[in-house]
Amino acid sequence: MTDLTFTDKSFKQEVLESKEPAVVDFWAPWCGPCRVVTPIIDELAQEFAGKIKIGKINVDENSQTASQYGVMSIPSIVFFKNGIPVKTMVGAQSKENYKQEIETLLAS
Amino acid sequence: MIYDVIIIGSGPAGLTAAIYATRANLKTLIVAGAKWGGQLQLTTLVENFPGFPEGIQGPDLMNAMKKQAERFGAEIIDQDFSSGDFLASPFKITAGGKEYAGRSVIIATGADTKWLGVPGEKEKIGRGVSVCAPCDGFFFKNKNIIVVGGGDSAMEEAIALTNFAKSVTVVHRREEFRASDIMQKKAKANPKIKFLLSAKVTEILGEDRVTGVKIKNTKTNKVSKMPIDGVFVAIGHMPNSAVFKNIDIDEKGFIKVYDHYKTNVDGIFVAGDVHDSNYKQAITAAGFGCAAALEAQRWLRNQKS
Repeated sequence: MTDLTFTDKSFKQEVLESKEPAVVDFWAPWCGPCRVVTPIIDELAQEFAGKIKIGKINVDENSQTASQYGVMSIPSIVFFKNGIPVKTMVGAQSKENYKQEIETLLAS
Repeated sequence: MIYDVIIIGSGPAGLTAAIYATRANLKTLIVAGAKWGGQLQLTTLVENFPGFPEGIQGPDLMNAMKKQAERFGAEIIDQDFSSGDFLASPFKITAGGKEYAGRSVIIATGADTKWLGVPGEKEKIGRGVSVCAPCDGFFFKNKNIIVVGGGDSAMEEAIALTNFAKSVTVVHRREEFRASDIMQKKAKANPKIKFLLSAKVTEILGEDRVTGVKIKNTKTNKVSKMPIDGVFVAIGHMPNSAVFKNIDIDEKGFIKVYDHYKTNVDGIFVAGDVHDSNYKQAITAAGFGCAAALEAQRWLRNQKS
């Protein structure tokens, strides 16, 4: 399983037009709390492989998408369903919290 | 299974305690919390931690400490402490819905950033309200922002934010700053930084993101609106002690220390910013962590004999 990375270019196709719901981790290399979250996101991507698309987008290289979704604080985890952002979680949180939101997303 | 030591917290105090405990062959669990690594995760270059002549990035330093603790066999769970039974023996701690038992406990939960607690703040965290300049400064390129606070950390945040922002105004409710002379000088020498004293933020304005603040002049009580794009809060920290029942705290919430890093409960020790209202440095926290682990080790030995 390769870690999924989104970019400004691929975002529309990979996230907005995705058949499965998608979870996007907005991060940057200089952000400490982002580094806490990244390994959790990688684990969740494996656990939910096939059911949901989970990936990261580096805001430094892809500022267009970040600004489009009003991301002004990282890490921000944004949950998408049918191309629409339905939930945003700001700041590092526990794996359990993310898992719960993913399950809510899958059930909705 | 019963651990010899359960360490609650994973900043410099907790991780240093873990390094010492594991090297003394104590079975050690770290309840690291969801946001492991403590306040240094919210910093950039740390220049006053000995051993790094060129400085080290706060998150890198914490990663290294964590690796070092793991190397000697500390178990780490990334769950928040939820409750503890400190009257039972062994002590019982619940985190992430699971219970863990420990013969001794070191509380090293540190301190968390204080928020302003004004209307409009909570719902705009991540929408222009932030406590992490290194993380979020990037989103305020060519914007006008304020930093609320009057201490060293407010000056540091303001200086860091000038790398991105068009202007940074430091807003402080008192007549003068608490920050050290050197930090004040640095900030005052920066042409992008302005200062607003005797000024209290009373409300953060904006619908889905910050568009301004209401500021009250503490001398005249006059309230005015100031249009800005971001609010960085740097008014200090609160010790994370509220979750611990039956542990003595002082009037400001710091855990009371009795004789060498002991709390009022025999077998429960404390280290770092959760008890230290004086120094609040990464290196002192690490030192307290070391001391608490040595005390716990001594205490455990005396229990067995």
